[in-house]
Amino acid sequence: MPYRRWASILALVPALGLAQSIPPATEARIANLEAAVKSAQSAGDNAWMLVSAALVLMMTGPGLALFYAGLVRRKNVLSTMMHSFSLMAVVTVVWAIVGYSLAFGEGLPFIGDLRYMFLNGVGSAPNADYAATIPQQTFMIYQLMFAIITPALISGAFAERMRFSAMLLFTVLWLLIVYLPLAHMVWGKGGFLNAFSGGKIPTFDFAGGTVVHITSGVSALVCALYLGKRKGYMSEPMKPHSLVISVIGACLLWVGWFGFNAGSALAASSLATSAFVATHFGAAAATLGWMLAEWIKNGKPSVLGAISGAVAGLVAITPASGFVQPFPALLIGFVAGVGCFLMVTAVKSKFKYDDTLDAFGVHGAGGTIGAMLTGVFATNAVNDSLKDAGGKLLPLGLVDGNPGQVWNQLLGVLISWVLAIVGTLLILKICDVVLKVRVSAEEELEGLDVSMHGEEGYTLES
Amino acid sequence: MKKIEAIIQPHKLEDVKEALKAIGIDGMTISEVRGHGRQKGHKEVYRGMEYQVDLLPKVKVEMVVPDGRAEEVVSTLVASARTGKIGDGKVFVYDVLEAIRIRNDDRGEGAL
Repeated sequence: MPYRRWASILALVPALGLAQSIPPATEARIANLEAAVKSAQSAGDNAWMLVSAALVLMMTGPGLALFYAGLVRRKNVLSTMMHSFSLMAVVTVVWAIVGYSLAFGEGLPFIGDLRYMFLNGVGSAPNADYAATIPQQTFMIYQLMFAIITPALISGAFAERMRFSAMLLFTVLWLLIVYLPLAHMVWGKGGFLNAFSGGKIPTFDFAGGTVVHITSGVSALVCALYLGKRKGYMSEPMKPHSLVISVIGACLLWVGWFGFNAGSALAASSLATSAFVATHFGAAAATLGWMLAEWIKNGKPSVLGAISGAVAGLVAITPASGFVQPFPALLIGFVAGVGCFLMVTAVKSKFKYDDTLDAFGVHGAGGTIGAMLTGVFATNAVNDSLKDAGGKLLPLGLVDGNPGQVWNQLLGVLISWVLAIVGTLLILKICDVVLKVRVSAEEELEGLDVSMHGEEGYTLES
Repeated sequence: MKKIEAIIQPHKLEDVKEALKAIGIDGMTISEVRGHGRQKGHKEVYRGMEYQVDLLPKVKVEMVVPDGRAEEVVSTLVASARTGKIGDGKVFVYDVLEAIRIRNDDRGEGAL
């Protein structure tokens, strides 16, 4: 923890003054020193957290926007990018009005209260419940970036066939009914699943395996089933229109993910470094896992496979990143790479659902794998946040001798799945009553760029 | 006048252009096309979804030449476009009724 850095410096101070009492001038200097160290640490932490917030926003735009846009047909390239881009705006407004408060206000175990509504009281003073060294406003804007990318991930399942207006309404309701309650349960003070704040079921989710990836992935599956298949699915060619831009998007996601996971240390600490390393290792191993599995099965290692594997690994390492050592991170990544490959090939073709861009196969499956393996590999050698009354480190995962954590993780996963399924179904029903969720057959045929937005992504004439 | 229409491998376009230039043929129209004859396409796999791609990218070269030069142009074109593998393409020769230069209304071979 960053706290230790200046605590250890200060620990030397009494040793110097053992023999005689400290003169008042020295006391004043110590107080000054203390204040200076504190402010230097705060400046360092704040710098890293602001950069991390920007990195996480970069994951949505342009990262995810490019990754998804390359995978759709060219007539839907803009509408797919617009899913991500418009959410950068919509979620921000919801977050400012009520979102931050419902996630991070103390409130009940299942949802926050309205104490921070309209960002009331969210200013430069730190909120020690979450991050004691940075302004609460930094914490607030950092967490907002997570709330933006999560619904943007779902758009992979309904791309090429959901009405834009319905998508906007869906997202606002989804934040209120699914995301904010779960974010509060897992990360909020007094949250039901928050292992670090006296949660009833203490689960570990460092950067959002349950909150971000299981919720978005499972909701994506519900959307795919509810909306039905795209016209011509399995009979017409629906090749990705430009894997080139998908590769660029995947690279931006990989880089942005350092802000996502290492930033979740909420300080420029050694824990951030550890999460950074685990994140990178997870992505690397998953790239190889997917690539090898595909090479063996299809005879060729595809580029789409390699980048999908990287994303799967980044997803799976997300909950584990602040809890596991580098080699378990490699293992988690590899398992996720192979596992998600099987999800989007074998499982999807068996059940024949049209998860357009495999939001479920990558985020739902990868998030679940990561959340479960976090219970296995979490260790207090990496994360020393949990101590007993005597200050002794508590065992975290199975490798620390706490097999019960696997069970806790399973409960956390199940609650996330159930909330995502029930919440998303309910929201889709509401949207379908208010607006039609799916575009008409003609609009779909014409492409959503023209039918929804009146534009084309690529024009030959200009 | 004869119109010569050749569908060739895209990577042979430069060779064909050079060879035609060497015998004094400068004018031609080129388009990127897709097609296949006896050549089989290839399989592509995207996240487990297989696609048989049988319309392959080709380049179509078109030019109109005086009757007397047609045979020479065809043989030059065929020689320069050939790799000897399946998928090298085809050449078609048509009779042309008339040619008109839009700029000054020249007619016939003088318009070429």
